[in-house]
Amino acid sequence: MSETGIGKRLPRMEDHRFITGKGRYTDDINLPRQTYAAFVRSPHAHATINGIDTSQAEGAPGVVAVLTGEDVAADGIGGLICGWMIHSKDGSPMKAGPHPILAQGKVRYVGDHVAVVIAETKAEAQAAAELVEVDYDPLPAVAETAKASADGAPQIHDEAPDNTVFEWSLGDEAAVTEAFDKASHVTTLELVNNRLIPNAMEPRAAIGDYDSGSDSFTLYTTSQNPHVARLVLSAFVGIAPEHKLRVIAPDVGGGFGSKIFIYAEETVCVWAAKRVGRPVKWTGDRSEAFLADAHGRDHVTHAELATDGDGRITGMRVKTIANMGAYLSTFASSVPTYLYATLLSGQYDIPAIYCEVDAVYTNTAPVDAYRGAGRPEATYVVERLVETAARELNLSPAEFRRRNFITEFPHQTPVIMAYDAGDYGASLDKALELVDYDGFEQRRQESERNGKLRGLGFSNYIEACGIAPSQAVGSLGAGVGLWESAEVRVNPTGNVEVLTGSHSHGQGHETTFAQLVSDRLGIPADQVSVVHGDTDKVQFGMGTYGSRSGAVGMSAIFKALDKVEAKARKVAAHVMEASESDIEFKDGQFSVKGTDKKMAFGEVALAAYVAHKFPTDEIEPGLKEGAFYDPKNFTFPAGCHICEVEIDADTGVTRIVNWVAVDDFGTIINPMIVEGQVHGGIAQGVGQALTEGCRYDAESGQLVTGSYMDYCMPRADDLPSFNLGFTETACPSNPLGMKGCGEAGAIAAPAAVINALTDALGVKDIPMPATSEVVWRIIQENKPRVAAE
Amino acid sequence: MPTVSMTVNGREVSADVEGRTLLVEFLRDELGLTGTHVGCDTSQCGACVVHVDGRAVKSCTTLALQCEGADVTTIEGVATNGALHPMQEAFREHHGLQCGFCTPGMIMTAIDMVERHKGGTLDEATIREELEGNICRCTGYHNIVKAIQSAAEKMA
Repeated sequence: MSETGIGKRLPRMEDHRFITGKGRYTDDINLPRQTYAAFVRSPHAHATINGIDTSQAEGAPGVVAVLTGEDVAADGIGGLICGWMIHSKDGSPMKAGPHPILAQGKVRYVGDHVAVVIAETKAEAQAAAELVEVDYDPLPAVAETAKASADGAPQIHDEAPDNTVFEWSLGDEAAVTEAFDKASHVTTLELVNNRLIPNAMEPRAAIGDYDSGSDSFTLYTTSQNPHVARLVLSAFVGIAPEHKLRVIAPDVGGGFGSKIFIYAEETVCVWAAKRVGRPVKWTGDRSEAFLADAHGRDHVTHAELATDGDGRITGMRVKTIANMGAYLSTFASSVPTYLYATLLSGQYDIPAIYCEVDAVYTNTAPVDAYRGAGRPEATYVVERLVETAARELNLSPAEFRRRNFITEFPHQTPVIMAYDAGDYGASLDKALELVDYDGFEQRRQESERNGKLRGLGFSNYIEACGIAPSQAVGSLGAGVGLWESAEVRVNPTGNVEVLTGSHSHGQGHETTFAQLVSDRLGIPADQVSVVHGDTDKVQFGMGTYGSRSGAVGMSAIFKALDKVEAKARKVAAHVMEASESDIEFKDGQFSVKGTDKKMAFGEVALAAYVAHKFPTDEIEPGLKEGAFYDPKNFTFPAGCHICEVEIDADTGVTRIVNWVAVDDFGTIINPMIVEGQVHGGIAQGVGQALTEGCRYDAESGQLVTGSYMDYCMPRADDLPSFNLGFTETACPSNPLGMKGCGEAGAIAAPAAVINALTDALGVKDIPMPATSEVVWRIIQENKPRVAAE
Repeated sequence: MPTVSMTVNGREVSADVEGRTLLVEFLRDELGLTGTHVGCDTSQCGACVVHVDGRAVKSCTTLALQCEGADVTTIEGVATNGALHPMQEAFREHHGLQCGFCTPGMIMTAIDMVERHKGGTLDEATIREELEGNICRCTGYHNIVKAIQSAAEKMA
């Protein structure tokens, strides 16, 4: 058993460089002769461009070039793509307008890219960008999700009448209609899943470089998936052939989905580098991040739950309008469809579910995956409905859930997913114990005596992670396979390099992946280095998102380790002059059964490279193996989060006084890192519920929440310390039994908070973000009732 | 261009800078000390915090010229002779960082916070309130708070 293996709370290997200021993020990189790019962005939400006068900017100090959409077109550079095809109910393919990297005759949201100024310094580029004269004809704009397809709404893309991208559905409508016809009770909610701005702390950045000697490009960029970026830039945008484009994603300061996508800025940098014959660097500032990073969520939903006389759920009907923004971002179409409606069964045995989703264009920034991507929206619908139904049926929320839990596995839901393993009752029981459920009523009365309102809210979430297998996602419209690749290179001295297609931007892969190798090969984790984020080094990769790096990425490493071990056994057998079937491998030692002959793993590695003692026509020298791993199924992490709040009735200020999270992630490699992932996820979910809300002015389409002055990121004093617990059912779909933990908190938290607030206030619903102003207004509106209670 | 001189991490430095040059630009672009980060443009995220004459300061909102003659310490100057500062150790031990981008500013703020509260109380509520000017998107602050509590004991 390795001291640094699976299950150990090993401090992170990557930390030393970050705590000493030696991290190397994209903006920390500078190339000789580099120039700086500044983007001219649309000040209008919707406008026709009559012309662009670049002459003044071109003459400004330090300016190297001013490029517009005409230059892009002249070079035959294509637009950005959406890589997931969705078909409408009537069978027609989704209606997507073009997504140019610099505007072609029209702008469609405030912040849309119109032109780029490239200059000797950043300040000169920014100053000259102010001198680019764009002749706009402003057009009426629509920013509101629910009004995008209303009569008279301005047409955003000619290709999409009524601004409708698709009208999609999932489930058996007739069965659901019948369930509602027979229902003894129906619970109805109108829900808005508020639009969020991801706000990874490192703003996006890029450096494009062109080497005329080899006619090849290098792009340094803040990416969660550099190989996918290279593929899209090569195959669709047409920047360079794949073998002539190297994409490097060095240290990346958080992603949360927003750095999955291929954006205009990095595309322009790499294209313009050849145009100007010098490296082109762009570092976004926070204001640009607010305007032009892909946003998240933004659903308007009508949801209904049917129950019978025994308090059992018999059907669910959901109608959602999903805002796509002004263009379809890289994976935008998959988020409100196959990552959303497929999870509407939650943890419950629901015989019939039907969901319709209309995706609409608006004059707002593109919307795509943000931590959880579709699954937080699904959990919010399910858990708000379930909590509300329990209250309407006068059942305790715990009892109502327990009555409807899925208890037998595998379980086929009516919405595609087949859950493979879980024990939802176990996580609920443990959470009730940790939160001291029995003592809640006493705590509530105590709060009341102090003029405070106390409430408790549950969220029993489930998610589908891994986002694979490839055949399954292909049949649902994905343009790519969602496997992962890995390579394990054992050096002659016995230490190991792992090259992975996953990308770490905070998740701690350099540690957890090393722990896996340590566990398998019996060497200390510090003898393992993890290489990622460079298309010239790593064979291929699909990247990190959807909590897939453990279940899929580590499984690929596991598979490569199988091959390494198999070959090392052969080598050991020859060196120790034994039959291969007599070789045993345990705790880093190869031994011959029934003898005292043994070799340490490092000795076998050296023997493999020296190649003196085995026939090289049978066994190749060296010890290096690669693998591509495609999982058998999605994984299904699930758990129970309980939020306890106390509200100051005079001010509406909400304080989270207790947060219990009991999660089932299957096998855990490093509990310390997993706990950290849960903490961060909860914080983002609490942010959605209490503080964060992106606002566009409905008339002008101007972004109102365009800085940290207006968009409230959760601070340390908005959050409590969290009380975590774990249950474990192994995932049968991958060799390590892992399920994934990165998104759980963000998925579970919003419903838990809102269920707690509505419990405390005695109201049916409260919109997110439930700021103290919102809460205070609700208290005022309901004052007689609150006082009477 | 005016000349500015200061001591950065114990080393005398001097350079000609534009009047508008920010301290963070001077550190990153002129001195190559890229451990100090820029995470926002409204002086709120705190990724750029350094110490100027022993006080935590947001270097994105300080002109380089304002630091004429000052003693500046950045994250690169916190460890002494290869030995990590107790605050750096505590952040690693308690998993107080994930992506690492806010970390230099967090550590600089935290060291200043502990120094100012020496002899007084630095409980969880105070730490959380003191972190008002530093945003972390990864950790939910839970382990940052633990790290600061732990380092405060060692620095006492």
